[in-house]
Amino acid sequence: MATTMITTLDRSSRAAARGLSDMSIRNLFIIPTILFLIVFNIFPLIYSLGYSFTDFRASTNAAANFVGLQNYRDLLNDPYVWSNFAITAKYVIISVAGQLLVGFGVAMLLNRDIPLKGLLTTLLLLPMMLSMAVVGLFWKLLYDPSFGIINYALGLGTFEWLSNPKMALYAVALTDIWMWSPFVMLLSLAGLSAVPKHLYEAAAIDRAGPFYTFFRITLPLVAPILMIAVIFRTMEAFKTFDLAYILTSQPTAELISIRLYKMAFQEWQTGRSCALAYIVLIMVLAITNIYVKYLNKVKER
Amino acid sequence: MRKTMTSLLAGIGLVLACGTSVYAQDKSLTIFWAEWDPANYLQELGNEYEKETGVKITVETTPWPDFQTKAFTEFNAHGDAYDMVVGDSQWLGAGSTGGHYVDLTDFFNKHKVGEVMAPATVKYYAEYPGGSSKYWAIPLEGDAVGWSYRKDWFEDPKEKEAFKAKYGYDLDVPKDFKALRDIAEFFHRPDQKRYGIAIYTDNSYDAMAMGFENALFSFGGELGDYKTYKVDGFINSDKAIAALDAYKELYKFTPPGWAKSFFVEDNQAITENLAAMSMNYFAFFPSLINEASNPNAKNTGFFANPPGPNGDQFAALGGQGISIVSYSQKQEEATKFLEWFIKDETQKKWAALGGYTCSAAVLKSDEFQNATPYNKAFYETMFKVKDFWAVPEYAELLQQLNQRVYPYMIGGEGTAKETLDALAGDWNATFKKYGRGQ
Repeated sequence: MATTMITTLDRSSRAAARGLSDMSIRNLFIIPTILFLIVFNIFPLIYSLGYSFTDFRASTNAAANFVGLQNYRDLLNDPYVWSNFAITAKYVIISVAGQLLVGFGVAMLLNRDIPLKGLLTTLLLLPMMLSMAVVGLFWKLLYDPSFGIINYALGLGTFEWLSNPKMALYAVALTDIWMWSPFVMLLSLAGLSAVPKHLYEAAAIDRAGPFYTFFRITLPLVAPILMIAVIFRTMEAFKTFDLAYILTSQPTAELISIRLYKMAFQEWQTGRSCALAYIVLIMVLAITNIYVKYLNKVKER
Repeated sequence: MRKTMTSLLAGIGLVLACGTSVYAQDKSLTIFWAEWDPANYLQELGNEYEKETGVKITVETTPWPDFQTKAFTEFNAHGDAYDMVVGDSQWLGAGSTGGHYVDLTDFFNKHKVGEVMAPATVKYYAEYPGGSSKYWAIPLEGDAVGWSYRKDWFEDPKEKEAFKAKYGYDLDVPKDFKALRDIAEFFHRPDQKRYGIAIYTDNSYDAMAMGFENALFSFGGELGDYKTYKVDGFINSDKAIAALDAYKELYKFTPPGWAKSFFVEDNQAITENLAAMSMNYFAFFPSLINEASNPNAKNTGFFANPPGPNGDQFAALGGQGISIVSYSQKQEEATKFLEWFIKDETQKKWAALGGYTCSAAVLKSDEFQNATPYNKAFYETMFKVKDFWAVPEYAELLQQLNQRVYPYMIGGEGTAKETLDALAGDWNATFKKYGRGQ
């Protein structure tokens, strides 16, 4: 019934009575979406590409002058921007690796018959459902050296998580791992439950050890779905803003998106910030492409 | 379909009706400011205006970290959501040259505002470029950085005795920066969870700059020459280097985790028994004498920023002037409000409500100076204030200062001289980029 509803129009429906064809219904639904995308996504994207070659500042009435590749040249020669990129790369690696480890580990633990499994899974998903800003504010309190519960619980005294330049980035990554491991866990659980049971039975008959079973059966079969988790998390981690912005103002934890925000909305260097946004976009596209290529390879196996 | 169309039309109609109803009610003005107590006082003052004239005043606010972004987003879009804005003193350059502010020079001359308001407030809140006699705002909220301290800790006889034994002079409100440092060191007792001093360190907007300026100006240093835009030999002078070292020295005596602190944290240092002394804008002091918000209200005292080693005494300027937004449809009505606002009796009311008036006459009156424990310190400070650059690209200069000074202050990277030499280089490049002082 459901499929026929989609392909053909019910004769008694109002749409049919008005003579709306399938085509017009399709257009009715799709055209607004495409228009919306063009107006709010594609158009600004192309428009800002134009701005990235000018010295335009949105805060003044001065006309924008064409400066060619000047913005790109300046940005790629700016040691601060490079350090922002290095910090971002470090952050992405730490937080995605951490989420993968914790998320997959918890999924392995949950992938068996235990009492209250459903409730446990739901509770573990809670961090993911909170808003980034709220998580940031909460963890700022948790990390507080004077009254924070983390130092109290670990007996660290007045250890400074966020105001220690060397520690700040790890502290932000730790918060991100706490928040997004459940996401990896959820995907891993789906992957794990799809592994055919008979493979394990066959392995058991052949007296394969747990490590062999894990590396030869579990991991290869879950790998494609883990790769999807990695792609999602890498893209998200690359553009992390709110969490890091709220938690710390250490230059050692200044991610590229924070630099971009400051350049665009505090300094109003519109042209230059458009150029930086494009550099970031190209990088994210490149990284995602590499992942997708790898994902396809994994799938083929 | 007809039903959908009807409801769609009804929806559009409703939106239009709402929209037009705002325009239909001409007798209303919207003022944009940051979310803090003075904005509430301004709303109360606005209510008085409504009683007198029937023109409704709405003070719209947004949290401080958003204030600059939100205001300029509206300006850049040429929006008329706000008729007036109480903008930061650094915005004058961007507001005037960007065409966002209405030129108030004629208004200034006609009403002799320059004579009514304290000179420093006219210079820093209203005039741009400096010395041009062109005015873009009416000084509204005077503000500067001052200090609060724990009177009970300072007056404890045992402490006084121990302090004298250690430093050779009496424990009292600091007479200069050296005493400020000594007292901070004296009260810094991490084992007792008591710390010496709370200062500004946040590098996301102007907190760090304001804190450093307090030391810089009192040490006799300058940011640069505001007329020629020369910075070499100013921001990296020996005095400036000594000032940065003195400010960094104070960081040693702050409570743990004091690396992103601004006005909220600095007031908490007093209310939560964390520090003996705390730097803050005068505008945040009302909550320190209120027992509901400060359990130590009775034991909290105030002092002006102390002089440096050569006796120079200055403070970093806060505060704002009120400007008419050039995209407003109700500029005439807004001008009428400003005419009312600068009247002596309005300024008295403004001060009584808790606003920091800039009116020279009201500031000088005994009535004002004795109204609160900090008004006298405020009055003294308002005649020796200096401010940050007010050029349109001030945000870039601020960012460069944060970028250079923060790693030195908090991370201990490099030396004060290296830091300030590098900052001078950054500023030179920025001024060159915008063709200033060439």
